[in-house]
Amino acid sequence: MRGVDVSAVDVDLAKRAVETAVANGADDAEAYAIEETRREISVYGEEVESLTAASQRGIGIRAWIGSRVGYGFGTDLSPDGLAQAAARAVSTAEAADPDEFAGPPASAGETPVVAGLSDSSASEWETAEAIELALAVERAATQADPRVAGVTQAVYVDGVERVGIAGSTGIAGEFEASTAYAYTQALAEGERSRETGLGFGLARGPAGLDPAAIGQEAAERATEMIGASKPDSRACPVILDPTVAASFVGLLGGTLGADSVQRGRSPLAERLGDEVAGEAFVLHDDGLDPGGPASSPVDGEGVPHRRTALIEEGRLRTFLYDTYAARRGGTESTGNAGRAGYRTSPSVSASNLIVTPGSLSFEDLLAEVGEGICITDVAGLHSGVNPISGVFSVGASGRVISGGELAEPVREFTIASDLVSMLRAIRAVGATARWVPFGGSVRTAPLLIDEMTISGS
Amino acid sequence: MGSGQSDRVVDADIAERVLSRALASGGDFAEIYAERRGGTTMKIDESRIESVESGAEEGAGIRVLQDGTTYFAHVDGLDPDDLERAASEAAAALRGDRVEPRSLRAVAPSPQSIAQRPEEIPVKRKAQLLHELDERGRAEGSLIAQFVASYGEARREIAVANSEGLFTGDDRTRLRISAQAVARSDDKVETGLETLGGHRGFELFDDDPAEIAASAARRALTLLDAGPAPAGSMPVVVGGGFGGVLFHEMTGHGLEADHIQKDASVYAGKLGERVAQPLLNAYDDGCMPGEWGSDAIDDEGTPTQKTLVIEDGRLTSFLYDRVRAERDGVVSTGNGRRESFRHLPIPRMTNTYIAPGDASPEAMIGEVDKGFYAASFAGGQVDPATGDFVFGVSEGYLIEGGQVTRPCRGATLIGNCLDALEAIDAVGTDFEMKSGTCGKGGQWVPVGTGQGHVRIAAMTVGGTDL
Repeated sequence: MRGVDVSAVDVDLAKRAVETAVANGADDAEAYAIEETRREISVYGEEVESLTAASQRGIGIRAWIGSRVGYGFGTDLSPDGLAQAAARAVSTAEAADPDEFAGPPASAGETPVVAGLSDSSASEWETAEAIELALAVERAATQADPRVAGVTQAVYVDGVERVGIAGSTGIAGEFEASTAYAYTQALAEGERSRETGLGFGLARGPAGLDPAAIGQEAAERATEMIGASKPDSRACPVILDPTVAASFVGLLGGTLGADSVQRGRSPLAERLGDEVAGEAFVLHDDGLDPGGPASSPVDGEGVPHRRTALIEEGRLRTFLYDTYAARRGGTESTGNAGRAGYRTSPSVSASNLIVTPGSLSFEDLLAEVGEGICITDVAGLHSGVNPISGVFSVGASGRVISGGELAEPVREFTIASDLVSMLRAIRAVGATARWVPFGGSVRTAPLLIDEMTISGS
Repeated sequence: MGSGQSDRVVDADIAERVLSRALASGGDFAEIYAERRGGTTMKIDESRIESVESGAEEGAGIRVLQDGTTYFAHVDGLDPDDLERAASEAAAALRGDRVEPRSLRAVAPSPQSIAQRPEEIPVKRKAQLLHELDERGRAEGSLIAQFVASYGEARREIAVANSEGLFTGDDRTRLRISAQAVARSDDKVETGLETLGGHRGFELFDDDPAEIAASAARRALTLLDAGPAPAGSMPVVVGGGFGGVLFHEMTGHGLEADHIQKDASVYAGKLGERVAQPLLNAYDDGCMPGEWGSDAIDDEGTPTQKTLVIEDGRLTSFLYDRVRAERDGVVSTGNGRRESFRHLPIPRMTNTYIAPGDASPEAMIGEVDKGFYAASFAGGQVDPATGDFVFGVSEGYLIEGGQVTRPCRGATLIGNCLDALEAIDAVGTDFEMKSGTCGKGGQWVPVGTGQGHVRIAAMTVGGTDL
């Protein structure tokens, strides 16, 4: 087949895969094809440490036979490769048990348009310019403060992905999105050991990044921890800075998935309509926000993305649904079929989670707390949180709040609570929000929590 | 010129041509890492087999090293023109004169032996195994409200060829099952998790694999009676097996040479120094037969080895890949690992463990008046530069008057590496290895962790009971 461009990733490729699966014995089928190019630059000590040029592509095919569903995937996009992936989808469907709610999404009508998903600077920048950006991040970190000894590395990444989705019920969609981000971890000379601080920024293209701000953030976060001690154990008000707040909001997003709820594995099951959060906390899922890293016209099974109110006035308004969970729950998909690439079948997940900013500046929040702790970093979220019960205990570091102002740094303590108690204790949301890409895609401002248990010395 | 595994993935003459292309604009070293991978996963949830998924991927990563910089490109596909395209991309930023790679000399690989190839077992048999787990888990009691188990098999056939003439490969088969039980009573919800994994074939399941389901269910049921975890500093006894994640986080990561060379590890500059009590000996061993973190070679073609990292309390070795070994003028310890052909190799642990000591677990608990028993962990995390670590405890108990008493929910252990390692004052005679997945720099690799019971004289337990 050489000479024929069989591997262009678009909706037509997905349609061919669907036809192949149906020809192989599927009653219904769906295909998700993705192609990605990525460039990654890592610098250290004013030298380029590594330069990566990556391209990848793949296809995942879901096949339904009666009420059984299977999934096959592969990197070979030739007709032979599609046939093999389709055959795997059909044979795995035969191994699954029947499930009355299994089935493809119905054709979903009008596809929304998301402006600005692709920024041409991502593909136009020469590698030399991109290297200079990474070096500028490192310089900004090392020059921000004499106590910064260096960085572990400064990394710049950009990439473009093209996705094509098609289904035998008439679903068809394709889109292209670009991304660029940079980060660095600064090392500051501590009294006993080194202190670290992370700075990051993300945009649709390199032109949207501010290397100086990224480096300075890393330097500030590292140097402010110098001399940190272990705080006394106590219960006190805390402020979660946006990166920490985002981690918890990401966890919350997982518990809002209708699949966890329906299977009795969410602390929010049976709480629909209840007061689950402080009134100040308003949360939406929005797969169409032009600034959102997870935005695209359609979700992972081709259903249009939308904006969904999850928590308003402290009340739980809805859960997140994909097609399967919606059938099972007798409702409509909210466009929340997520994809972790082409290797796994879609499953319920949040798109962009957006916390509505409040009116208080960071200084106002500190004044409101008076005496407490501002948490600037948490560790051990994957092992310290039980997503089923919502109980958590995670490692933390941050700054003491004393007399309504930031005071000495503290480290090596844990914060413990459960997700719902923490949500209900939210007293205020700050005014300044940012996008945080860790553990999902979240936009949030700092959160003021009335009380949390601190375990230190 | 045949080398068994390696030339099933890529031909020697093609590899030579591609290496030559990679060095067309100069370079001190070039390498092809080619891989064919496939696998099947499925799970049982609500007593129904679902999420049956199967796939196959192939591709290659090509790197060129020059003057401390790594130039890397990866592609999907193993056709000669895919490989040449990647070689050209890797070399695109180089501006030097052509260098000729050495002719390849095949080194026959010696993969771990697999008795029963999992892909030859009918898929129905795998589904039946999950049904057996489901029945065993639910049989533990009516308070088991939910039970989920998963099955995963993966095979990776790899070939490594480099400009120094090395041409070798490996054939890796890994199998793992996990069981998660949810117990519910009134408004209390608790979970229990247990896994079984190995670099093995279906023979991994010869001895009662469904026992992990019963064990996960018992753990969840036990925790229904749990009270809040204590908060504060106290003696902590850590259980065997997955308790080994303690050493993995507390010390293993800090010994990886990339952190050391950037002075971003608390163990930098401590080689030869005493970092623990003389009772402590620890290893990283990538060639333990059948273990989850074992391979015949690492992902740069270096044979795996058993590396003594702490001998009688003294730090004896760091963990190296090629690049960092060369920088330190030593040889690689066979720890250059990567998640796939889409990633660069970096120093990683394989199977890391604290060797058995001379204390009986009963005695080391018996000597504690008021403390905490962490029977198993959910996982952990460390910042090697600061040495700060945390562990999520999945099964914990109070120790009162030398006895293990009531279970505790939601505990986390937190501390600093050097203090905590120094504070290990008893190592048990018992020993067990467990399978885990370790993330670093965005790459996930299978690792084994192991130890017997270990006691830390003082550590912060982060609970809610002040």
